[in-house]
Amino acid sequence: MADQLSRVFQALADPTRRDMVARLASTDATVGELAAPYDVSLQAVSKHLKVLEEAGLVSRSRDAQRRPVHLEAEVFDLMTKWIERYQREAEERFQRLDALLARMDDDENDRPDEEGAVS
Amino acid sequence: MSALTSNQTEIIVPEGLPIIEIKREFDAPVDRLFRAWVDQDLFAQWIGPRGIGTRIDSWDCSTGGRYRYTNTEGDEEYAFYGSFHEVRENERIVQTFTYEGFPDGVALEIMTFESLPDGRSRVHSVSVGESVEGRDAMVASGMETGVVEGYQKLDELLAR
Repeated sequence: MADQLSRVFQALADPTRRDMVARLASTDATVGELAAPYDVSLQAVSKHLKVLEEAGLVSRSRDAQRRPVHLEAEVFDLMTKWIERYQREAEERFQRLDALLARMDDDENDRPDEEGAVS
Repeated sequence: MSALTSNQTEIIVPEGLPIIEIKREFDAPVDRLFRAWVDQDLFAQWIGPRGIGTRIDSWDCSTGGRYRYTNTEGDEEYAFYGSFHEVRENERIVQTFTYEGFPDGVALEIMTFESLPDGRSRVHSVSVGESVEGRDAMVASGMETGVVEGYQKLDELLAR
């Protein structure tokens, strides 16, 4: 299981692959179109694509002759959901801290005897 | 307290950097906020996650000290440990953080505490990891119990 997740993170660790993914976010593209801006061979781009494909980040249609590369955006929805959940868990933790801080306030106010005063 | 929801947690996960930044304000003076962080009995009450017990295994919250705590959920245990690099009262805590389930991973956490007007306070936490992948994995796991659920969802997604 962990291997699948690692594959996604490893695929996105490379700046060229991240750039390819960013460009695919707007529209599908062929290998040639993807390779155009880079100073690398088609083979190198194909290699990058293979890594992205194996991570499940992109797919290539089998039937169309151009075989355009398609971004599997759901994987990124998942990342967004993870960040949202991380945020939610942090928020829940801090709300528990809010409640604790409020209780500490009460405790301090419950000890007027030390001052010899009653509120 | 009626204002429990007014303080929003701000989380910044910068692209391409192994950093998680968290900012949060509290309706309590900075000394009380700091105490909730350094007193092990108080810390165990809020660190969570919700509905899951936190057991403090060791705790020396002072410069050069260390800590270890365990979250238990049924038969599952998740333990975390680290060193307190610097503890400066009401101002700053610098510590390391490792989840024992991923022993090669370590983050450096720098927490700055700040007094605000009207008896309020703010904490600013910067967590620096070793790699962007490690940082992303930490966010993905929520550092807590969600990791299995996350993997299962990903498995389903990748299986399609």
